[in-house]
Amino acid sequence: MSAAPVVDGLDSRASGGRLDQRAREAWRIAAAVTDPEVPVLTIEDLGVLRDVRMEGQTTVVTLTPTYSGCPAIDQMRDDVLLALTVEGFRDVRVDFTLSPAWTTDWMSDAGKAKLEAYGIAPPTHRAGERQGPIPLSLGVKCPRCGSLRTREVSRFGSTACKSHFECLACLEPFDHFKVH
Amino acid sequence: MTPQPPARDAASVAAAHQADADAVHGDVSVDELELQSELSGADASATATPDVAAYALRLGDDALILSQRLGWWISRAPELEEDMALGNIALDLLGHARSLLHYAGTASGKTEDDLAYWRDEHEFRCAWLFQQPNGDFAHTIARGLIAAIWMQELYTALSRSTDASLAAIAAKSVKEVAYHRDHAVQWTLRLAGGTEESRRRLLVALTDTWPYTDELFRDDDLHDRLGDIAPRPSSLRAGFDEIWTAVLAEAEISEADFTNSKIGQSSGGGRHGHHSTHLGPLLAEMQVLARRHPGASW
Repeated sequence: MSAAPVVDGLDSRASGGRLDQRAREAWRIAAAVTDPEVPVLTIEDLGVLRDVRMEGQTTVVTLTPTYSGCPAIDQMRDDVLLALTVEGFRDVRVDFTLSPAWTTDWMSDAGKAKLEAYGIAPPTHRAGERQGPIPLSLGVKCPRCGSLRTREVSRFGSTACKSHFECLACLEPFDHFKVH
Repeated sequence: MTPQPPARDAASVAAAHQADADAVHGDVSVDELELQSELSGADASATATPDVAAYALRLGDDALILSQRLGWWISRAPELEEDMALGNIALDLLGHARSLLHYAGTASGKTEDDLAYWRDEHEFRCAWLFQQPNGDFAHTIARGLIAAIWMQELYTALSRSTDASLAAIAAKSVKEVAYHRDHAVQWTLRLAGGTEESRRRLLVALTDTWPYTDELFRDDDLHDRLGDIAPRPSSLRAGFDEIWTAVLAEAEISEADFTNSKIGQSSGGGRHGHHSTHLGPLLAEMQVLARRHPGASW
C-alpha cells in the first residue's frame, strides 16, 4: 500500500476526496478525538477515522476497529459523537466498517513519531513484509535509550495492538505497537 | 454566634457542578443520540439470508464459546505474560463472535446479545472442540492449536466468500488468528521439548483433544446450499494437515504417540445442537448475569 496523500491535513484516500465544506469541518473535529488507550494518538493518526460525509442534514462518520475485540472503539464512537455535538452538529451518526481491514500501514508518520516520543516503539515496517517462506523480523528500537538490543517478552501486551519488549541495554521494559 | 456557611449538602453540590458543566458543554446528552452499537461487515445495512445466518451462527458460537473458556484463565495462568496472552486471544475471539452473531441476527431481528445470552443449550451450534474444558495448561494449548490452525484455514478461504459481510469479517479475523496460531505453536514446541513432565502432559492433552478434530471438517446440507458463499469444511482438511504435520515434526511427536485404535473420533453433533456435557455449565455461568438482570448495562 503506498503512502496516503495528505491534502490540507486530510487523508484524501480515506475521504475519497468527496468532502464538502461542512464535511471538512466535521472531519477536522472528529480527527482531533484521541485514542483512549494511547492518548497521544488521534484517531486520524491511528487510521481509525475512515470517512466523514453529509447525508442531507446527517453527518456520517465511519470508523474501523484496529482489532476485532478492541474495546476502545466504543469510547471513540462516543467521543466523536460528543465532539461533533458540542460543535453544533446536531444529527450525527457513527458507522463502523471492517473492510478494508485496518493495518498499521494506516498509521500516519506523525503518529509513529508521537508514539516513540510517548515511550511506545512504533511499528517497524509495513504490514505483510514478514510473510513468505523466510519471515524477516526487524529489530525494535528501545524508545528510551535507542538501543536495538531488545527482546520480545510476549507478543501479547497491555492492549491487543501492542507487544511487550524489554531493552537489554537500559534494562527498561517497553511496549511495541506491533506490525499488523 | 458565627455566621453559618450556606448549606452544602450533596444535592446542591451536584447541582452546582451540573450548572458548571452545562455552562461549559451546553446541553449535551449522549443518551439522546442514536447509537449504532454493533459492528457490522462491509455494508452496515446488509441482511443475512437464513442459510447465511445459520452458517454465521456456527462460526460465531465457536468463537464465543472458546472465548468464554479462555477468559477463565485470566488471573490463573502460569505467568503474567500468559494471563495477558490468553486474555488477548479471548478478546479477539469475542470480537469475531460479535461480528458474526450480529450478522447472523440480521436474519431474525435479534441482536448479538440476544443470541449470546438468550439461547438455550440446544440452540447453540458450536463444535465440541470449543466446549472442551480448559484442563491443565497443556490441554488449553492443544485445544488452541487445533482451533487456530483450523480457523486460519477457514478464514483464509472465507475471505474470498461471495458474501461481502462474511468476507470482511474473515479478512479481519484471519490476521488475528495468525497470532493465536503462532502462540499455540510456540507453546506446543516448548512443552514438547521442555521437561519429561511437560512432554508427558502435552501427549495426554493431545490424546484427549484430538478426537474432536474431525467434526470441524464434516460437510452437511447447509454447505451444499451455500455454494460459493462458504468453503466446504472438507476442503480445509489438506491445508490443516499440512500445518499440523509440520508442527508435530518440529515437536518430534508422531501421531501414534497420541492416537490409538481404542479412541476414535467423536461423533460430535454440535452443528445440530447436540452437545457434550460440558456446554451446559459453561452457558449457565456465561448467561447468568444477563438473565438475572435483563437489560443491565454499565
